[in-house]
Amino acid sequence: MAGPSALPGGPTLAELILSRVSGRDARAGDLVIAPVSRVMVHDSVIDAVMAGLKDLGKAKVWDTARVCVFVDHAAPAPTPVVADSHRVLREWVREQGIATFYDAGEGVCHQIMVEEGYCEPGTVIVGSDSHSNSYGAVGAFGAGMGATDIAVALGLGRTWLRVPESIKVTFTGASRRGVTMKDAIMRVVREIGTDGARYACVEFHGAGDLAQGDRITLAGMTTEMGAKAGIVVGTPEAPAWLRPAADASYAREVRVDLSTLEPQIAIPPRVDQVSDVSEAVGIPVDVVFLGSCTNGRVVDMRQAAELLRGRRIHPRVRLEVVPSSRRQFEDAMADGTLGALSAAGAVIGTSGCGPCLGRTGGVLAGEEVCFSTANRNYRGRMGSPDASIYLGSPYVAAVAALTGVIDDPRPYLEAGDAALDALVAKRREQRGDRGAASARSGDRARELIAAMPIRLAPQVAGIEVED
Amino acid sequence: MARAWVFGDDLDTDQIVPGRYAPFMVGQDRFHTYAFCDARPEFAKTVKAGDILVGGENFGCGSSREYAPAALQKHGIGGIVAESFARIFFRNCVNLGIPVIESANAVTLVKDGDDVTLDIAGGVLRTPRGVARLRPLAPFAREILAAGGVVAYLREHGDFPSVR
Repeated sequence: MAGPSALPGGPTLAELILSRVSGRDARAGDLVIAPVSRVMVHDSVIDAVMAGLKDLGKAKVWDTARVCVFVDHAAPAPTPVVADSHRVLREWVREQGIATFYDAGEGVCHQIMVEEGYCEPGTVIVGSDSHSNSYGAVGAFGAGMGATDIAVALGLGRTWLRVPESIKVTFTGASRRGVTMKDAIMRVVREIGTDGARYACVEFHGAGDLAQGDRITLAGMTTEMGAKAGIVVGTPEAPAWLRPAADASYAREVRVDLSTLEPQIAIPPRVDQVSDVSEAVGIPVDVVFLGSCTNGRVVDMRQAAELLRGRRIHPRVRLEVVPSSRRQFEDAMADGTLGALSAAGAVIGTSGCGPCLGRTGGVLAGEEVCFSTANRNYRGRMGSPDASIYLGSPYVAAVAALTGVIDDPRPYLEAGDAALDALVAKRREQRGDRGAASARSGDRARELIAAMPIRLAPQVAGIEVED
Repeated sequence: MARAWVFGDDLDTDQIVPGRYAPFMVGQDRFHTYAFCDARPEFAKTVKAGDILVGGENFGCGSSREYAPAALQKHGIGGIVAESFARIFFRNCVNLGIPVIESANAVTLVKDGDDVTLDIAGGVLRTPRGVARLRPLAPFAREILAAGGVVAYLREHGDFPSVR
């Protein structure tokens, strides 16, 4: 677990934050005891968290004003066992006197933590969900932890952390129409791999001016590279002191030129098995999921609606749209986006994690192929272990829902109405009856997976690597 | 002697216990019976207390779910030896008192089903094909493991081990 310690140069963002909160000069490799500014707890761990607190001999959390509790991972309750657990959680929240409580339907913990301002930049926040890295969207050091760590943080208001070395990711250029920050971060995951940032902090440069939602997409996906935290430099929320030193040392540097980036997709069952979408054109899908803390915001729904408004999805495809919070849900209702998606044939789910983790909403049957805007495509993640999950942007999701196959969204976005309909018709004809449980769809996916090298060569279009 | 269960790289927590079998979904008394139910269906039925898991890189990647290591703890797993561990999984194991130890060569030496002996004090994993060296644990983690986990440690000492 010990890594290279104390690289030369001034502090990285992670070193700055951990030095400030621990009151010592904390450099990569050091262990620190860090006070936390918030603890985030969600529904699926409450039993273990309560047991941990009890075992610690703590009747009360250390500070009721600094605890945020969410019911989102299986919400509303899909089974009586889950319903009982939710009831226990609600009673615990009341007994403890915790005011910051978001019940079923309010949305995904990470979206609410960031958009409602619970993440103070420059502080340490621990959360019971692995995607707590998302809080780096506004300059906080957010780290996901297990139930016992969370119980300890709730009891003591502190946690232990090894100060991570940092990986510098720099975005340059402006992305072309149809290419999103989801594509950008998948390109980074493609380069760094699922364990390339293990124990590290991914520091994003050239991303501070992006919309908050795009920054959540970036920071949250660092979890898929094994990172302890992912922090965006220079966000509007961050105070002036929160700037890495110009001479800070990085374990690795990765640059992505957005101006040449193509839409990306992750091929099952690995998040880092990423290719340009052009490599996967024509793969039939049965289910499209638009949602999650990664891509369930009104901007994501609007992107899908650009292609779906006034059209119907493929008759053999199910589209499930799950807004990431009530605020996102209501914004998407107010501007007609949800109406357009519903009219196109989408099922609109309850704000929350939805089917992303296979507990509620539209779980997948064996052999089904799903295109998802979420963050994980592991075997069994969204239901049957025999289902396949492709990951990508809301634009690719919209094209998959319309045509029934994976395709590059850019020609559709550039086409006028008549040309777009012609493109859709052509793809639908090519797809034919292929799809759920069809031997051909399975074979095509397997061929593609077999053909993919696990680690792709650097210096492919859109990226250059400085090690 | 204990049986070795050998896994490859990037073993994710959805393989250890799929989300649909979380204690939250199936109850505290049952979730461990689904350990490796998709990847190794025979595991939960035949694993014995003291057995050792051996893996490649990034063992335990994926979600923060502590019930993945908690399921292994319920089966009495004697320790996990891997080339490297995913960070949350590593913390969860230390917190629960499950020895998690890095070894560069264990996964290449050990074959699934081998009888092995984990000698933490001696810094080795003994296998039928030789001895795999274990990377020493950081003192901080060693103290927590020695106490049987972080909760036991904190109950005894009232605070974390020293980080100096």
